[in-house]
Amino acid sequence: MPEVAFKGIREGLLVSLGDGDWPSLEQTLYEEVGKQGTFLKGAKLILDVDAHSINAASMGRLRDQLADQGLALWAVLSRSPLTEQSAQLMGIATRIHEPDPDPEQSDDEVEYVEEPSEHLALTDVGMMIKRTLRSGANISHNGHVTIIGDVNPGAQIIAGGNVVVWGRLRGLVHAGAEGDDNAVVCAIDLSPTQLRIAGHIAVPPTEREQNGPEVAFVRDGQVVAEAWTNQNST
Amino acid sequence: MAKTARVITITSGKGGVGKTTATANISAALAALGNKVVCIDADIGLRNLDVVLGLENRIVYDLVDVVEGRCKLRQAMIRDKRLEDLYLIPAAQTRDKNAVSPKDMIRICDELRKEYDFIIIDSPAGIERGFKNAIAPADEIVIVTNPEVSAVRDADRIIGIVEADQKGPAKLVINRINMEMVERGDMLAVADVLELLAVELIGIVPEDQAVLVSTNRGAPIALEPKSKTGQAFRDVARRLAGEEVAFSTANGGGNFFGRISKLIRPKAGS
Repeated sequence: MPEVAFKGIREGLLVSLGDGDWPSLEQTLYEEVGKQGTFLKGAKLILDVDAHSINAASMGRLRDQLADQGLALWAVLSRSPLTEQSAQLMGIATRIHEPDPDPEQSDDEVEYVEEPSEHLALTDVGMMIKRTLRSGANISHNGHVTIIGDVNPGAQIIAGGNVVVWGRLRGLVHAGAEGDDNAVVCAIDLSPTQLRIAGHIAVPPTEREQNGPEVAFVRDGQVVAEAWTNQNST
Repeated sequence: MAKTARVITITSGKGGVGKTTATANISAALAALGNKVVCIDADIGLRNLDVVLGLENRIVYDLVDVVEGRCKLRQAMIRDKRLEDLYLIPAAQTRDKNAVSPKDMIRICDELRKEYDFIIIDSPAGIERGFKNAIAPADEIVIVTNPEVSAVRDADRIIGIVEADQKGPAKLVINRINMEMVERGDMLAVADVLELLAVELIGIVPEDQAVLVSTNRGAPIALEPKSKTGQAFRDVARRLAGEEVAFSTANGGGNFFGRISKLIRPKAGS
Protein backbone atom coordinates (compact mmCIF):
# COMPACT_ATOMS: atom_id res chain seq x y z
CA MET A 1 0.00 0.00 0.00
CA PRO A 2 1.38 3.42 -0.87
CA GLU A 3 2.10 5.80 1.98
CA VAL A 4 -0.57 8.25 0.91
CA ALA A 5 -3.70 7.03 -0.87
CA PHE A 6 -6.45 9.26 -2.24
CA LYS A 7 -10.01 8.11 -2.74
CA GLY A 8 -13.13 10.09 -3.57
CA ILE A 9 -16.06 9.18 -1.35
CA ARG A 10 -19.51 10.67 -0.94
CA GLU A 11 -18.47 12.95 1.94
CA GLY A 12 -15.36 14.29 0.28
CA LEU A 13 -11.82 13.23 -0.39
CA LEU A 14 -10.59 10.38 1.77
CA VAL A 15 -6.84 10.38 2.27
CA SER A 16 -5.39 7.33 3.99
CA LEU A 17 -1.93 7.46 5.46
CA GLY A 18 0.09 4.28 5.82
CA ASP A 19 2.81 3.32 8.27
CA GLY A 20 6.03 5.17 8.77
CA ASP A 21 7.15 7.95 11.06
CA TRP A 22 4.84 10.90 11.32
CA PRO A 23 7.08 13.81 10.23
CA SER A 24 8.05 12.17 6.93
CA LEU A 25 4.50 10.99 6.35
CA GLU A 26 3.26 14.52 6.92
CA GLN A 27 5.83 15.77 4.43
CA THR A 28 4.79 13.17 1.85
CA LEU A 29 1.18 14.25 2.32
CA TYR A 30 2.03 17.90 1.56
CA GLU A 31 4.06 16.84 -1.47
CA GLU A 32 1.29 14.59 -2.81
CA VAL A 33 -1.27 17.32 -2.28
CA GLY A 34 1.08 19.83 -3.92
CA LYS A 35 1.47 17.54 -6.97
CA GLN A 36 -2.26 17.53 -7.56
CA GLY A 37 -2.08 21.31 -7.95
CA THR A 38 -5.35 23.14 -8.23
CA PHE A 39 -7.22 19.92 -8.95
CA LEU A 40 -7.97 19.40 -5.27
CA LYS A 41 -8.68 23.01 -4.44
CA GLY A 42 -11.73 23.45 -2.24
CA ALA A 43 -11.98 19.76 -1.44
CA LYS A 44 -13.34 18.56 1.87
CA LEU A 45 -10.62 16.37 3.26
CA ILE A 46 -11.10 13.31 5.43
CA LEU A 47 -7.76 12.17 6.73
CA ASP A 48 -7.37 8.61 7.98
CA VAL A 49 -4.23 8.56 10.09
CA ASP A 50 -4.84 5.08 11.50
CA ALA A 51 -2.86 4.71 14.73
CA HIS A 52 -0.68 7.80 14.49
CA SER A 53 -0.78 10.02 17.57
CA ILE A 54 -1.03 13.69 16.70
CA ASN A 55 -1.05 16.37 19.37
CA ALA A 56 -3.10 19.53 19.19
CA ALA A 57 -0.24 21.71 17.99
CA SER A 58 0.64 19.37 15.11
CA MET A 59 -3.03 19.05 14.24
CA GLY A 60 -3.28 22.83 14.04
CA ARG A 61 -0.22 23.00 11.78
CA LEU A 62 -1.64 20.26 9.58
CA ARG A 63 -4.93 22.11 9.22
CA ASP A 64 -3.19 25.41 8.43
CA GLN A 65 -0.82 23.85 5.90
CA LEU A 66 -3.70 22.15 4.11
CA ALA A 67 -5.73 25.35 4.23
CA ASP A 68 -2.83 27.13 2.53
CA GLN A 69 -3.18 24.62 -0.30
CA GLY A 70 -6.90 25.29 -0.53
CA LEU A 71 -8.01 22.14 1.28
CA ALA A 72 -10.38 22.11 4.21
CA LEU A 73 -9.51 19.47 6.81
CA TRP A 74 -13.00 18.34 7.70
CA ALA A 75 -12.48 15.06 9.49
CA VAL A 76 -9.65 13.05 10.99
CA LEU A 77 -10.16 9.36 11.57
CA SER A 78 -7.87 7.60 13.95
CA ARG A 79 -7.51 4.78 16.40
CA SER A 80 -5.39 6.96 18.66
CA PRO A 81 -7.35 8.62 21.49
CA LEU A 82 -4.83 11.51 21.51
CA THR A 83 -5.44 12.19 17.83
CA GLU A 84 -9.20 12.07 18.35
CA GLN A 85 -8.97 14.49 21.24
CA SER A 86 -6.75 16.91 19.30
CA ALA A 87 -9.16 16.84 16.38
CA GLN A 88 -12.14 17.44 18.62
CA LEU A 89 -10.34 20.32 20.29
CA MET A 90 -9.91 21.97 16.92
CA GLY A 91 -13.51 21.31 15.95
CA ILE A 92 -12.52 18.72 13.36
CA ALA A 93 -14.92 15.81 13.00
CA THR A 94 -13.73 12.37 14.03
CA ARG A 95 -16.59 10.37 12.53
CA ILE A 96 -18.09 10.34 9.10
CA HIS A 97 -21.30 8.80 7.92
CA GLU A 98 -21.18 5.24 6.75
CA PRO A 99 -21.13 4.93 2.97
CA ASP A 100 -24.79 3.89 2.99
CA PRO A 101 -26.41 5.83 5.80
CA ASP A 102 -29.88 5.38 7.19
CA PRO A 103 -31.95 8.06 5.44
CA GLU A 104 -33.89 8.78 8.65
CA GLN A 105 -30.75 10.02 10.26
CA SER A 106 -29.95 12.69 7.72
CA ASP A 107 -31.87 15.41 9.56
CA ASP A 108 -29.79 14.96 12.67
CA GLU A 109 -27.37 17.83 13.13
CA VAL A 110 -25.06 15.62 15.11
CA GLU A 111 -23.07 13.31 12.96
CA TYR A 112 -22.74 10.27 15.06
CA VAL A 113 -22.58 7.21 12.98
CA GLU A 114 -19.90 4.73 13.74
CA GLU A 115 -17.49 3.47 11.21
CA PRO A 116 -18.03 -0.21 10.63
CA SER A 117 -14.74 -1.27 12.13
CA GLU A 118 -14.14 -3.63 15.01
CA HIS A 119 -11.91 -1.37 17.03
CA LEU A 120 -14.79 1.02 17.56
CA ALA A 121 -17.41 -1.62 18.19
CA LEU A 122 -16.51 -1.90 21.86
CA THR A 123 -19.40 -0.84 24.03
CA ASP A 124 -17.78 -0.75 27.40
CA VAL A 125 -14.81 1.47 26.81
CA GLY A 126 -14.43 4.91 28.30
CA MET A 127 -12.89 8.21 27.43
CA MET A 128 -11.44 10.45 30.09
CA ILE A 129 -10.95 14.15 29.49
CA LYS A 130 -9.16 16.15 32.12
CA ARG A 131 -9.93 19.73 31.18
CA THR A 132 -12.83 22.12 30.85
CA LEU A 133 -14.80 21.82 27.62
CA ARG A 134 -15.41 25.31 26.33
CA SER A 135 -17.99 26.53 23.88
CA GLY A 136 -17.48 24.83 20.51
CA ALA A 137 -15.84 21.71 21.90
CA ASN A 138 -17.47 18.59 20.57
CA ILE A 139 -16.79 15.18 22.04
CA SER A 140 -18.34 12.10 20.55
CA HIS A 141 -17.46 8.68 21.71
CA ASN A 142 -19.31 5.42 21.55
CA GLY A 143 -18.41 4.37 25.10
CA HIS A 144 -18.64 6.22 28.38
CA VAL A 145 -17.31 9.76 28.73
CA THR A 146 -15.83 11.21 31.91
CA ILE A 147 -14.92 14.86 32.19
CA ILE A 148 -12.81 16.22 35.01
CA GLY A 149 -13.61 19.89 34.60
CA ASP A 150 -16.60 21.92 33.51
CA VAL A 151 -18.70 21.56 30.39
CA ASN A 152 -19.53 25.12 29.38
CA PRO A 153 -22.56 26.26 27.40
CA GLY A 154 -21.97 25.70 23.70
CA ALA A 155 -19.95 22.52 24.26
CA GLN A 156 -21.48 19.15 23.52
CA ILE A 157 -20.87 15.55 24.46
CA ILE A 158 -22.38 12.66 22.57
CA ALA A 159 -21.73 9.31 24.21
CA GLY A 160 -22.88 5.81 23.53
CA GLY A 161 -22.71 5.09 27.24
CA ASN A 162 -22.87 7.12 30.44
CA VAL A 163 -21.54 10.63 30.94
CA VAL A 164 -19.93 11.70 34.20
CA VAL A 165 -18.93 15.31 34.75
CA TRP A 166 -16.77 16.11 37.73
CA GLY A 167 -17.63 19.77 37.56
CA ARG A 168 -20.40 22.01 36.28
CA LEU A 169 -22.38 20.65 33.38
CA ARG A 170 -23.93 23.49 31.40
CA GLY A 171 -23.56 22.38 27.79
CA LEU A 172 -25.45 19.77 25.83
CA VAL A 173 -25.14 16.11 26.70
CA HIS A 174 -26.51 13.09 24.93
CA ALA A 175 -25.94 9.83 26.80
CA GLY A 176 -26.92 6.44 25.41
CA ALA A 177 -26.85 8.00 21.97
CA GLU A 178 -27.19 4.65 20.27
CA GLY A 179 -30.49 4.00 22.00
CA ASP A 180 -29.47 2.83 25.45
CA ASP A 181 -32.31 3.91 27.79
CA ASN A 182 -30.30 2.75 30.79
CA ALA A 183 -27.59 5.35 30.31
CA VAL A 184 -27.17 7.99 33.02
CA VAL A 185 -25.66 11.45 33.24
CA CYS A 186 -24.12 12.60 36.52
CA ALA A 187 -22.59 15.90 37.40
CA ILE A 188 -21.56 17.82 40.48
CA ASP A 189 -23.66 20.69 39.17
CA LEU A 190 -26.18 19.35 36.70
CA SER A 191 -27.56 22.33 34.79
CA PRO A 192 -27.20 21.46 31.09
CA THR A 193 -28.67 23.53 28.27
CA GLN A 194 -30.28 20.34 27.09
CA LEU A 195 -30.02 16.76 28.19
CA ARG A 196 -30.72 13.74 26.03
CA ILE A 197 -30.75 10.12 27.01
CA ALA A 198 -31.27 7.71 24.11
CA GLY A 199 -34.36 9.10 22.34
CA HIS A 200 -35.55 11.30 25.22
CA ILE A 201 -34.90 15.01 25.35
CA ALA A 202 -35.16 17.18 28.43
CA VAL A 203 -34.70 20.89 28.88
CA PRO A 204 -33.99 21.49 32.55
CA PRO A 205 -35.64 24.41 34.33
CA THR A 206 -33.51 27.55 34.31
CA GLU A 207 -33.82 28.04 38.07
CA ARG A 208 -32.59 25.01 39.88
CA GLU A 209 -33.65 24.47 43.46
CA GLN A 210 -31.33 21.53 43.86
CA ASN A 211 -27.73 22.10 44.76
CA GLY A 212 -25.13 19.40 44.85
CA PRO A 213 -24.44 16.37 42.71
CA GLU A 214 -27.26 14.85 40.74
CA VAL A 215 -27.86 11.96 38.43
CA ALA A 216 -30.23 12.02 35.47
CA PHE A 217 -31.81 8.90 34.00
CA VAL A 218 -34.93 7.73 32.20
CA ARG A 219 -37.92 6.68 34.32
CA ASP A 220 -41.27 5.84 32.68
CA GLY A 221 -40.23 7.40 29.42
CA GLN A 222 -39.12 10.68 31.02
CA VAL A 223 -35.77 12.08 31.87
CA VAL A 224 -35.60 12.78 35.60
CA ALA A 225 -32.83 14.16 37.78
CA GLU A 226 -32.32 13.12 41.38
CA ALA A 227 -29.92 14.19 44.08
CA TRP A 228 -27.00 11.85 44.39
CA THR A 229 -27.37 10.10 47.74
CA ASN A 230 -26.33 6.78 49.12
CA GLN A 231 -29.54 5.15 47.87
CA ASN A 232 -28.37 5.59 44.34
CA SER A 233 -25.34 3.49 44.88
CA THR A 234 -27.27 0.24 45.00
CA MET B 1 20.28 47.37 23.93
CA ALA B 2 18.53 44.46 22.30
CA LYS B 3 14.96 44.06 23.42
CA THR B 4 12.66 41.10 23.18
CA ALA B 5 9.15 42.33 22.66
CA ARG B 6 6.13 40.55 24.01
CA VAL B 7 3.58 40.00 21.27
CA ILE B 8 0.08 40.40 22.67
CA THR B 9 -2.99 39.80 20.55
CA ILE B 10 -6.27 41.39 21.55
CA THR B 11 -9.27 39.41 20.40
CA SER B 12 -12.88 38.62 21.33
CA GLY B 13 -14.70 36.39 18.88
CA LYS B 14 -17.79 38.55 18.85
CA GLY B 15 -17.64 41.88 17.07
CA GLY B 16 -18.38 45.21 18.64
CA VAL B 17 -17.18 44.48 22.15
CA GLY B 18 -14.42 47.07 22.03
CA LYS B 19 -11.31 45.27 20.73
CA THR B 20 -10.04 48.19 18.73
CA THR B 21 -10.75 50.69 21.50
CA ALA B 22 -8.99 48.39 23.96
CA THR B 23 -6.01 47.95 21.61
CA ALA B 24 -5.65 51.71 21.12
CA ASN B 25 -5.94 52.48 24.80
CA ILE B 26 -3.75 49.67 26.11
CA SER B 27 -1.07 50.50 23.52
CA ALA B 28 -1.21 54.21 24.36
CA ALA B 29 -1.09 53.50 28.09
CA LEU B 30 1.88 51.14 27.70
CA ALA B 31 3.71 53.76 25.65
CA ALA B 32 2.87 56.42 28.24
CA LEU B 33 4.51 54.18 30.87
CA GLY B 34 7.73 54.44 28.89
CA ASN B 35 7.56 51.31 26.77
CA LYS B 36 8.32 51.18 23.06
CA VAL B 37 5.11 49.93 21.52
CA VAL B 38 3.98 48.97 18.02
CA CYS B 39 0.35 48.21 17.39
CA ILE B 40 -0.67 46.28 14.32
CA ASP B 41 -4.16 46.40 12.85
CA ALA B 42 -4.81 42.86 11.60
CA ASP B 43 -8.36 43.65 10.52
CA ILE B 44 -7.57 43.88 6.83
CA GLY B 45 -10.40 45.27 4.77
CA LEU B 46 -12.08 46.88 7.77
CA ARG B 47 -9.29 48.91 9.26
CA ASN B 48 -10.08 51.33 12.03
CA LEU B 49 -7.33 51.28 14.61
CA ASP B 50 -5.83 54.24 12.71
CA VAL B 51 -9.08 56.17 13.11
CA VAL B 52 -9.30 55.48 16.83
CA LEU B 53 -5.70 56.63 17.26
CA GLY B 54 -6.33 59.68 15.07
CA LEU B 55 -3.64 58.70 12.56
CA GLU B 56 -5.73 57.99 9.49
CA ASN B 57 -4.48 60.96 7.49
CA ARG B 58 -0.84 59.91 7.88
CA ILE B 59 -1.12 56.51 6.22
CA VAL B 60 1.08 56.02 3.18
CA TYR B 61 1.85 52.31 3.31
CA ASP B 62 0.04 49.51 5.11
CA LEU B 63 0.48 45.94 6.31
CA VAL B 64 -0.28 44.42 2.90
CA ASP B 65 2.32 46.69 1.28
CA VAL B 66 4.88 45.29 3.72
CA VAL B 67 3.82 41.69 3.10
CA GLU B 68 3.91 42.13 -0.66
CA GLY B 69 7.25 43.91 -0.58
CA ARG B 70 6.16 47.31 -1.85
CA CYS B 71 7.75 49.04 1.10
CA LYS B 72 10.06 48.42 4.03
CA LEU B 73 8.55 47.66 7.41
CA ARG B 74 9.84 51.00 8.72
CA GLN B 75 7.97 52.91 6.04
CA ALA B 76 4.63 51.46 7.07
CA MET B 77 5.11 52.40 10.72
CA ILE B 78 3.33 55.58 11.69
CA ARG B 79 4.54 57.38 14.77
CA ASP B 80 1.81 58.60 17.08
CA LYS B 81 1.41 62.36 17.29
CA ARG B 82 1.25 62.42 21.10
CA LEU B 83 3.57 59.63 22.20
CA GLU B 84 6.92 59.26 20.55
CA ASP B 85 7.30 55.59 21.47
CA LEU B 86 3.98 54.49 20.00
CA TYR B 87 3.80 53.27 16.40
CA LEU B 88 0.99 51.92 14.27
CA ILE B 89 1.13 49.54 11.34
CA PRO B 90 -2.25 50.09 9.67
CA ALA B 91 -4.30 47.48 7.86
CA ALA B 92 -5.11 47.78 4.16
CA GLN B 93 -8.60 48.96 3.45
CA THR B 94 -8.87 47.75 -0.11
CA ARG B 95 -7.82 44.13 0.32
CA ASP B 96 -9.10 41.18 2.28
CA LYS B 97 -7.73 38.90 4.98
CA ASN B 98 -6.26 36.43 2.51
CA ALA B 99 -3.66 39.01 1.47
CA VAL B 100 -1.76 38.15 4.66
CA SER B 101 -0.84 34.71 6.00
CA PRO B 102 -0.04 33.63 9.56
CA LYS B 103 3.60 33.17 8.42
CA ASP B 104 3.77 36.79 7.27
CA MET B 105 2.57 37.94 10.67
CA ILE B 106 5.17 35.82 12.46
CA ARG B 107 7.92 37.18 10.20
CA ILE B 108 6.90 40.80 10.73
CA CYS B 109 6.67 40.40 14.50
CA ASP B 110 10.06 38.67 14.64
CA GLU B 111 11.56 41.60 12.80
CA LEU B 112 10.05 44.03 15.32
CA ARG B 113 10.82 42.06 18.45
CA LYS B 114 14.40 43.23 18.80
CA GLU B 115 13.58 46.90 19.00
CA TYR B 116 10.34 47.15 20.92
CA ASP B 117 8.90 46.20 24.29
CA PHE B 118 5.37 45.41 23.18
CA ILE B 119 3.73 44.47 19.91
CA ILE B 120 -0.03 44.74 20.29
CA ILE B 121 -2.15 43.15 17.57
CA ASP B 122 -5.78 44.11 17.02
CA SER B 123 -7.60 41.01 15.82
CA PRO B 124 -10.68 41.05 13.64
CA ALA B 125 -13.91 39.49 14.93
CA GLY B 126 -14.64 35.89 14.08
CA ILE B 127 -12.50 32.76 14.12
CA GLU B 128 -11.46 32.64 10.48
CA ARG B 129 -8.34 33.62 8.57
CA GLY B 130 -7.99 37.12 9.99
CA PHE B 131 -8.19 35.80 13.53
CA LYS B 132 -5.64 33.09 12.73
CA ASN B 133 -3.30 35.72 11.30
CA ALA B 134 -3.66 37.74 14.46
CA ILE B 135 -2.94 34.95 16.93
CA ALA B 136 -0.18 33.19 14.96
CA PRO B 137 2.67 35.39 16.27
CA ALA B 138 1.18 35.95 19.74
CA ASP B 139 3.01 35.15 22.96
CA GLU B 140 -0.01 36.16 24.99
CA ILE B 141 -3.69 36.61 24.27
CA VAL B 142 -5.98 39.19 25.82
CA ILE B 143 -9.68 38.49 25.41
CA VAL B 144 -12.07 41.43 25.50
CA THR B 145 -15.66 40.67 26.39
CA ASN B 146 -18.81 42.46 27.49
CA PRO B 147 -20.98 41.36 30.39
CA GLU B 148 -23.58 39.79 28.13
CA VAL B 149 -24.26 36.14 27.42
CA SER B 150 -23.44 36.12 23.71
CA ALA B 151 -20.11 37.92 24.10
CA VAL B 152 -19.10 35.63 26.96
CA ARG B 153 -20.06 32.56 24.94
CA ASP B 154 -17.83 33.68 22.09
CA ALA B 155 -15.02 34.53 24.49
CA ASP B 156 -15.27 30.99 25.86
CA ARG B 157 -14.95 29.56 22.35
CA ILE B 158 -11.94 31.74 21.63
CA ILE B 159 -10.27 30.72 24.89
CA GLY B 160 -10.76 27.09 23.87
CA ILE B 161 -9.13 27.69 20.48
CA VAL B 162 -6.26 29.61 22.02
CA GLU B 163 -5.68 26.82 24.54
CA ALA B 164 -5.68 24.28 21.73
CA ASP B 165 -3.06 26.36 19.91
CA GLN B 166 -0.98 26.28 23.09
CA LYS B 167 -0.70 30.04 23.36
CA GLY B 168 -0.74 29.94 27.14
CA PRO B 169 -3.63 30.96 29.33
CA ALA B 170 -5.60 33.90 27.96
CA LYS B 171 -6.14 37.04 30.01
CA LEU B 172 -9.47 38.76 30.26
CA VAL B 173 -10.69 42.33 30.05
CA ILE B 174 -14.37 42.91 30.77
CA ASN B 175 -15.40 46.01 28.88
CA ARG B 176 -18.49 48.21 29.19
CA ILE B 177 -19.71 47.10 32.57
CA ASN B 178 -22.56 49.12 33.97
CA MET B 179 -22.82 48.64 37.72
CA GLU B 180 -26.33 50.00 37.95
CA MET B 181 -27.51 47.35 35.52
CA VAL B 182 -25.56 44.66 37.36
CA GLU B 183 -27.21 45.69 40.60
CA ARG B 184 -30.62 45.48 38.99
CA GLY B 185 -29.73 42.01 37.73
CA ASP B 186 -29.97 43.07 34.08
CA MET B 187 -26.32 42.48 33.31
CA LEU B 188 -23.92 39.71 34.13
CA ALA B 189 -21.65 40.53 37.04
CA VAL B 190 -17.90 40.17 36.90
CA ALA B 191 -18.14 37.09 39.12
CA ASP B 192 -20.57 35.41 36.70
CA VAL B 193 -18.24 35.99 33.78
CA LEU B 194 -15.19 34.76 35.66
CA GLU B 195 -16.99 31.69 36.94
CA LEU B 196 -17.64 30.57 33.39
CA LEU B 197 -14.43 31.62 31.69
CA ALA B 198 -12.03 30.78 34.55
CA VAL B 199 -9.12 32.85 33.24
CA GLU B 200 -7.05 35.63 34.76
CA LEU B 201 -8.84 38.97 34.92
CA ILE B 202 -6.64 41.94 34.06
CA GLY B 203 -9.19 44.68 33.63
CA ILE B 204 -12.69 45.91 34.29
CA VAL B 205 -13.66 48.88 32.16
CA PRO B 206 -16.89 50.77 32.91
CA GLU B 207 -19.39 51.76 30.28
CA ASP B 208 -18.71 55.40 29.50
CA GLN B 209 -20.01 57.68 26.78
CA ALA B 210 -16.74 59.59 26.94
CA VAL B 211 -15.11 56.61 25.19
CA LEU B 212 -17.28 57.25 22.15
CA VAL B 213 -16.32 60.90 22.16
CA SER B 214 -12.61 60.16 22.45
CA THR B 215 -12.84 57.49 19.74
CA ASN B 216 -14.49 59.95 17.38
CA ARG B 217 -11.82 62.52 18.14
CA GLY B 218 -9.03 60.02 17.62
CA ALA B 219 -7.60 60.61 21.09
CA PRO B 220 -7.39 57.50 23.33
CA ILE B 221 -9.16 58.04 26.64
CA ALA B 222 -6.26 56.33 28.43
CA LEU B 223 -4.32 59.57 27.93
CA GLU B 224 -6.90 61.64 29.79
CA PRO B 225 -5.62 61.73 33.35
CA LYS B 226 -8.95 62.55 34.99
CA SER B 227 -11.03 59.88 33.26
CA LYS B 228 -11.96 56.84 35.37
CA THR B 229 -12.32 54.80 32.21
CA GLY B 230 -8.90 55.99 31.13
CA GLN B 231 -7.62 54.86 34.53
CA ALA B 232 -9.17 51.44 33.97
CA PHE B 233 -7.22 51.09 30.71
CA ARG B 234 -4.04 52.39 32.35
CA ASP B 235 -4.49 49.73 35.04
CA VAL B 236 -4.76 47.04 32.34
CA ALA B 237 -1.50 48.29 30.83
CA ARG B 238 0.26 48.26 34.21
CA ARG B 239 -0.96 44.72 34.90
CA LEU B 240 0.31 43.62 31.48
CA ALA B 241 3.63 45.26 32.27
CA GLY B 242 3.85 43.08 35.37
CA GLU B 243 2.73 45.43 38.10
CA GLU B 244 0.34 44.33 40.81
CA VAL B 245 -2.56 46.72 40.60
CA ALA B 246 -5.58 46.24 42.84
CA PHE B 247 -9.02 46.45 41.29
CA SER B 248 -10.78 49.57 42.39
CA THR B 249 -13.62 47.68 44.09
CA ALA B 250 -13.72 44.47 46.04
CA ASN B 251 -15.79 42.31 43.74
CA GLY B 252 -14.78 44.10 40.59
CA GLY B 253 -16.57 46.55 38.40
CA GLY B 254 -16.46 49.85 40.17
CA ASN B 255 -19.49 52.01 40.26
CA PHE B 256 -17.97 55.10 38.78
CA PHE B 257 -21.24 56.91 38.57
CA GLY B 258 -21.41 58.77 41.81
CA ARG B 259 -21.43 56.36 44.70
CA ILE B 260 -17.70 56.33 45.27
CA SER B 261 -18.22 56.31 49.03
CA LYS B 262 -19.51 52.76 48.85
CA LEU B 263 -16.32 51.44 47.35
CA ILE B 264 -14.26 49.00 49.30
CA ARG B 265 -10.61 49.08 48.37
CA PRO B 266 -8.64 45.87 48.73
CA LYS B 267 -5.02 46.31 49.80
CA ALA B 268 -2.58 46.69 46.99
CA GLY B 269 -0.64 43.55 46.26
CA SER B 270 -3.32 41.23 47.54
